[in-house]
Amino acid sequence: MNDFISLNQGSGGKLTHELIEKVFVKRFGMAEPLTDSAILKDSGFTFAFTTDSYVVDPLFFPGGNIGKLAVCGTVNDLAVSGAVPMYIAVSFIIEEGFPMNDLVAIAESMAEEALKSGVKIVTGDTKVVDKGKCDKLFITSSGTGILNPDMEHISSGNRIKPGDKLIINGPLGNHAIAVLGARNKLSFSTPVTSDCASLNHLISSVLHSCKEIRFMRDLTRGGLATVLNELAGMIGSGIIIDEASVPVDDPVRGLCEMLGFDPLYLANEGKVLIVVGAGEEIKVLDILRRDLLGKYSEIIGEIITDKRNLVVLNTSAGGKRILDMPSGQQLPRIC
Amino acid sequence: MKYIDEYRNKDLIMKLADQIGKSVRRDYTFMEVCGGHTAAIHRFGIPSLLPGNVKLVSGPGCPVCVTGTDFIDKAIAYSKMDEVIICTFGDLLRVPGSTSSLEKERAAGADIRIVLSGLEALEIARIDSDKKVIFLGIGFETTAPGTAVTIKLAEKNYIKNFFLLSAHKVMPPAMEAIIKEGVNLDGFICPGHVATITGSKAFNFIPEKYNLSSVITGFEPADILQSILMLIQQVNRNTHIVEIQYNRAVNVNGNTVAQRHLSEVFEPCDAQWRGFGVISSSGLRLRRVFERFNIENNIPVQISFQEDNELCICGEILRGLKTPDDCTLFADICIPENPSGACMVSNEGSCNTYYRYRLTK
Repeated sequence: MNDFISLNQGSGGKLTHELIEKVFVKRFGMAEPLTDSAILKDSGFTFAFTTDSYVVDPLFFPGGNIGKLAVCGTVNDLAVSGAVPMYIAVSFIIEEGFPMNDLVAIAESMAEEALKSGVKIVTGDTKVVDKGKCDKLFITSSGTGILNPDMEHISSGNRIKPGDKLIINGPLGNHAIAVLGARNKLSFSTPVTSDCASLNHLISSVLHSCKEIRFMRDLTRGGLATVLNELAGMIGSGIIIDEASVPVDDPVRGLCEMLGFDPLYLANEGKVLIVVGAGEEIKVLDILRRDLLGKYSEIIGEIITDKRNLVVLNTSAGGKRILDMPSGQQLPRIC
Repeated sequence: MKYIDEYRNKDLIMKLADQIGKSVRRDYTFMEVCGGHTAAIHRFGIPSLLPGNVKLVSGPGCPVCVTGTDFIDKAIAYSKMDEVIICTFGDLLRVPGSTSSLEKERAAGADIRIVLSGLEALEIARIDSDKKVIFLGIGFETTAPGTAVTIKLAEKNYIKNFFLLSAHKVMPPAMEAIIKEGVNLDGFICPGHVATITGSKAFNFIPEKYNLSSVITGFEPADILQSILMLIQQVNRNTHIVEIQYNRAVNVNGNTVAQRHLSEVFEPCDAQWRGFGVISSSGLRLRRVFERFNIENNIPVQISFQEDNELCICGEILRGLKTPDDCTLFADICIPENPSGACMVSNEGSCNTYYRYRLTK
């Protein structure tokens, strides 16, 4: 590793993994595999426990703000572990001079999102730092929820078998592109809204009706490609994805074409990958599509036997190629 | 999406692949010169659609890859000066210089910003008027006109703290250098976007002087397959001409407005290409009237140039003599997160695309 932290080490790909492994896991002695939530057992109960920091710039973007993002992100990390999200703790690091109206607006949207998703914000902390010592506002949000012991396999994926189908609940990349557009560094505006949303009700209706849900993960930083590669490594199988069936909205596709980004690597804040046993995929799809947050769900691929644990993409053009883990940030290309 | 979906139509693509299969009579080797083509070929899995006797080799058309180590070293030297902001296209960040990269310098505190155009850098210069803003001008005929317009605007608006470090290049001399090198080729998949500016006439020397086939090609999978078919047909007929497949963007004379801006601001000069050395008249330097924008005139820097990793064969790959598989560093020591050579850095570099997209070694 380099002598100084680089932005690439925060991009969610290989370098982030390396940083976590070499600096933190080694010293903290966490149990592998590393998933979105820790699964904790005590006094006959099983809990999921998760934490995340939010540093999005700008704080307000089409479809949400940093506060809504913090609540949704924590709710989703718990929900994809199969848990019922219950309690959330939030910490605010605020830069001196931050507008009070903005803070109130952010707090209100957090309260609104918590109400919508049925979680309670029960404790928190506030620090104000000198001007220039942080970028406007950072939020750390932690949460916990009860996990039904029948759902324990979901975060580890240890029941996944070749032939299982992969489903996502809608088009990819909207959050990343909405934030990129709002950051004003692009000299055009895009009609793209972040997909930021709490998925716990959607996930709960799937878990309620379907018995063969093998794995779930929210497709945040690093996008679908990162999650697929982590999954392939975790379960020791291959994955085949049909590019033509992966939904991507036209404005997102257009911007990706222009900037040289691949939507499969872009961050989402309201998307979940579900692995379901073969035979039950249509049922899952039907349930997802009945909900506004899953209206554009699609079956995008399946688990295959492959000793090399490769994620292979059948391209929409009819060819085949690897879909690799991203390394570092996607850099806009020169031409 | 218009202009995309119709060129990614699977039925059309399969039909073209089938026609290619029926047209081949011998072995064919074609070079895609442009890095955009290299990336598209692998991203869409084109090699898996071609018969085994059609071989594609990558050329020197990734501007990031051919930018010399000395240029990166100079940019790093400037980035270490006080009150300097370096503005760069994103994919130059990770290119290794002799001992560091712009990305590492940025992590260590240098003010290095990613921009999408020279105009964005000019805007930074206007806002941070007490700092020197240096734009790293790289790229071929496609990006150089944008830099030319930026320089003219800086002049017009009296922006005195905006400077250029230029490694802009033009494509035809490098293609000629490859032919002269004796690379065994049947023809060129010519760069579509360069030709949008230069017009197809810039490539006439290829059939006229060297009897090789050329097709100016678009960047979608159907474009590329159709061009390969056109090249095979030219070779089979033993006719060698410049054909325009990418006719929705390219004509014979090109974009004359862009050409005028280019020639008003820049003049040809000899230029250093990674892997080639100096190619005569292949670079673009500011004309005398715009010389005050040349950072090297304003603040000369000394760099101690060190050779690239001696095992790195980027040079031979860029000249079409070898492929990434021939390199002992490839995918082992040289990976995108820690590239030994420039071809592993850019999304359009041969090694990077091989590493990311290819199914088997």
